[in-house]
Amino acid sequence: MSEVVQPASLALAVSRPKTVPFDWRRAVPLLLAAPLLIYMLVFYALPVVAMLLRSVNDPTWTLSHYATLFDDVVFQKTFWITINTSVTVTLGCLILGYPVAMGLVRSRSMAPFILVIILLPFWTSVLVRSYAWMVLLGRHGLVNEALLALGMIERPIRILNTPLATQIAMIHILLPYMILPIANALRQIDPSLIRAASGLGATPFMTFRQVILPLSMSGVAAGTLLTFVLALGFYITPAMVGGPRDITLSMLIAQQVDQLNWAYAATLSAVLLATALALLAVARKLPGVGNAFKTSMR
Amino acid sequence: MTSAGTNGAGSGPIGRGASVTLSDLEKTYDRANAVAKAVDGVSLDIRSGEFLTLLGPSGSGKTTTLMMIAGFETPTAGDIAIDGKSVVAMPPYRRNIGMVFQNYALFPHLTVEENVGFPLKQRGVSKAERAKLVAEALELVHLPGYGARYPRQLSGGQQQRVAVARAVVFKPRLLLMDEPLGALDKQLRENLQLEMRRLHADLGITFIYVTHDQEEALTMSDRIAVMNDGKVAQVGSPEDLYDRPDNRFVAGFIGESNFLPAIVRDLEDDVVVAECEGTLIRALCPGRPASGEKVTLTTRPERLRFADANQAGTHPQNRLSVTVTEAVFAGERCRYMLQAGDGTSIVLKEPSSAAIRRRAVGERAEIAWSVADTILV
Amino acid sequence: MKLVHILPASVVGLILFFLAFPIVVVAIVSFSSATYLSFPPPAFGLRWYEAYFSNPDWLKPTWVSIWVACAVVVLATFLGTLAALGIARLPKGLRVVAAGLILSPLIVPGIVVAIGIYYAYSRYGLVGTPIAMVLAHTCLAVPFVVTSVTASLSGIDPRLEQAALSLGATPGATFFQVTLPLIQPGVLVGALFAFITSFDELIVALFISGTGAVTLPRRMWDDLRFQIDPTIAAVSTLTIVLTAALMGAAHLLRKRAEQNRMATSSAAP
Repeated sequence: MSEVVQPASLALAVSRPKTVPFDWRRAVPLLLAAPLLIYMLVFYALPVVAMLLRSVNDPTWTLSHYATLFDDVVFQKTFWITINTSVTVTLGCLILGYPVAMGLVRSRSMAPFILVIILLPFWTSVLVRSYAWMVLLGRHGLVNEALLALGMIERPIRILNTPLATQIAMIHILLPYMILPIANALRQIDPSLIRAASGLGATPFMTFRQVILPLSMSGVAAGTLLTFVLALGFYITPAMVGGPRDITLSMLIAQQVDQLNWAYAATLSAVLLATALALLAVARKLPGVGNAFKTSMR
Repeated sequence: MTSAGTNGAGSGPIGRGASVTLSDLEKTYDRANAVAKAVDGVSLDIRSGEFLTLLGPSGSGKTTTLMMIAGFETPTAGDIAIDGKSVVAMPPYRRNIGMVFQNYALFPHLTVEENVGFPLKQRGVSKAERAKLVAEALELVHLPGYGARYPRQLSGGQQQRVAVARAVVFKPRLLLMDEPLGALDKQLRENLQLEMRRLHADLGITFIYVTHDQEEALTMSDRIAVMNDGKVAQVGSPEDLYDRPDNRFVAGFIGESNFLPAIVRDLEDDVVVAECEGTLIRALCPGRPASGEKVTLTTRPERLRFADANQAGTHPQNRLSVTVTEAVFAGERCRYMLQAGDGTSIVLKEPSSAAIRRRAVGERAEIAWSVADTILV
Repeated sequence: MKLVHILPASVVGLILFFLAFPIVVVAIVSFSSATYLSFPPPAFGLRWYEAYFSNPDWLKPTWVSIWVACAVVVLATFLGTLAALGIARLPKGLRVVAAGLILSPLIVPGIVVAIGIYYAYSRYGLVGTPIAMVLAHTCLAVPFVVTSVTASLSGIDPRLEQAALSLGATPGATFFQVTLPLIQPGVLVGALFAFITSFDELIVALFISGTGAVTLPRRMWDDLRFQIDPTIAAVSTLTIVLTAALMGAAHLLRKRAEQNRMATSSAAP
């Protein structure tokens, strides 16, 4: 309200005279954080770094593993499939997610119901959801049965174990990551702006195009980015419902580890990680995305 | 002779209230590109048992000063002494000062009883004794029987009373209050102002009260320290500040004032004669301005009268010719905007009465007021 | 005119159906009485739940998962809460680095984390032990604890801590009597997230659970390689119910904490 009021936490640290040479209380925050930081270093960060190092020091220090990627057909095909899947899935999520986000924000009475429907799958394990799609898309699954019953096909078609199955299941799994940031952005639009637009004679479509859509772009960007980065690293779903020849980068990495080909697995991991981090770094520079991203991460 | 007793009521045997001495208190914050002085050389002697208000606009340093007394901020320079002993090096939890916060800061996870008992628990008071003292404190703030409730079940005014009970239950000798009535509506605020005064009289301890509301300050305080820009602009009783403002800031911040530019022509005892709009006006003046100096005279709108409506007074009068530029009837009083010869605007407030003729816009008139109500600032 | 309103609503309805339907199907299939997977089931029964509860091949991994998740909850909640308290008060540069390290498991692709952990843990003979599962899952669960506790810490009015100090509470007493009770809902929510994270985790488990620490998701995965019999539907339904119950609890906790805060910080006249 009025003057600068320091939080008590700071007051704790400064409420002593400046003549005291060392205040042990200043060290308290670091002491509190230290156990977890050390834990994360030992059991997570260093293992990952040690593994990644295999890409440059196997058998001696070298960049040859990265160099060979340039004429590695398997890698290039896999990388392309991964990117292609991620782009398709992200677009699918955007097309399906935006209307739901609108519905979530616009309808007051239905909002809790919609939220539950979004969040229940969100917190169901990826494994269970992938299994659900195996049940639905199998040779004798519900989708085939329905299409047969409707006479649209004459015998069961192959959906499970195709790229289409992967895409459908991944869209289903990643949709909440798209909906929540967009809904966040939409919620922050002042409703009087929309009323003003229609008061000025804009049709609902014009209002959407010229007011709502531009103002929700930060949420769209954050959701798109989040979905895309998560899609890049997907392993379980493509492995379960995807085609045997449609191998994603994650699956290739797992395969190489099974064959104890650590240098190659590490190289691929580095590429995958670098791609994800580069995208995040670029996105953080976009105005508005940083914040939308933060709030959507809960 | 000992060195004790330099500050009035604080002298002699220690009273129920603490005396507080601020000497050349300074607080600076390092900002990105500059150093901001939040408090800039504040010196104040607060007497034992006094109700002192730090009054000022936001950013004037009043809250920072209070936070330094409470111990949440460390002064960059200067000293704070309570009962003659420096407390700068003492952490807040050892200062034994009661404090009521702006939004009450009641612990939401504790009941009213546990909130009020909190300071007693910290001091190792036994459970039975605690219950007794808590009940007494709740009685004091007119909330007996509310002990088992949670803060969220109380209204704003009730929360405020609980905060006061909690701040005085451990019998501190000094109570600090940071805009404690700020969040309440006007009616409730006025009731609680009176209650604060009563509480102050009952407890007899020293109150330091921070507010930006001048009316609140005038109603409640023994003395007011008006703060501006990190400095104390003037300290004095409400009457002092209202009737004899030391400077233009105080005159403008407390109540409404007219400012008349003038040139000093003569000095008579404690009265200065200055020329304003070609008319000689007499004003009280604490200093001794030189002849020919440009000065500002100030006077309160409600102390001005239209000359013809004015019965011949016993006090010496100032007079000035004006033109009415605006006339507003506001129920209990009429408010006129007047213009003197060269364009200086003057506000005049007149109690409304069916017996007094109301002036029309454009009408020429002469106004008069007492020399005692004219101050050179 | 009517179409303008009905069309968007039905589109949203269809998408929501797409979201919810697969999970509903799993739940329905789990109550099937048929010996094979079919939808809709010819008749309903509990035979697949019986199959699950009577088969040690399912129950043992279930217990492993529960024990691992409980140990993760203890470890992650303890370390995460301490760290959240510290990080909020660290100088900015250090804070960004610390938060980056702690939150990174949220964005680093799961496969990279999994094989990194597998690579290092196998060197120390940890693979195939429940301890390895606990150690690894704690890393994945900690970001949720830290974010949850940090959020509840930032929601605390700093004046509450000042008030405690002014009332004579030492910094220690202030922490235990004021700060800790106030962040308690955030800590509990973090603990629930930690449990779910570990309980549902598969990728790391695929690499390091070996044969000695097979968890429930790992057991389901192995089973799915050969068949998709409705036992898995029963197991899936049970985990969905468990997860939903825990999330519901977390939601209620958050709401209660919010209400507490609303009622006192913005005291209405």
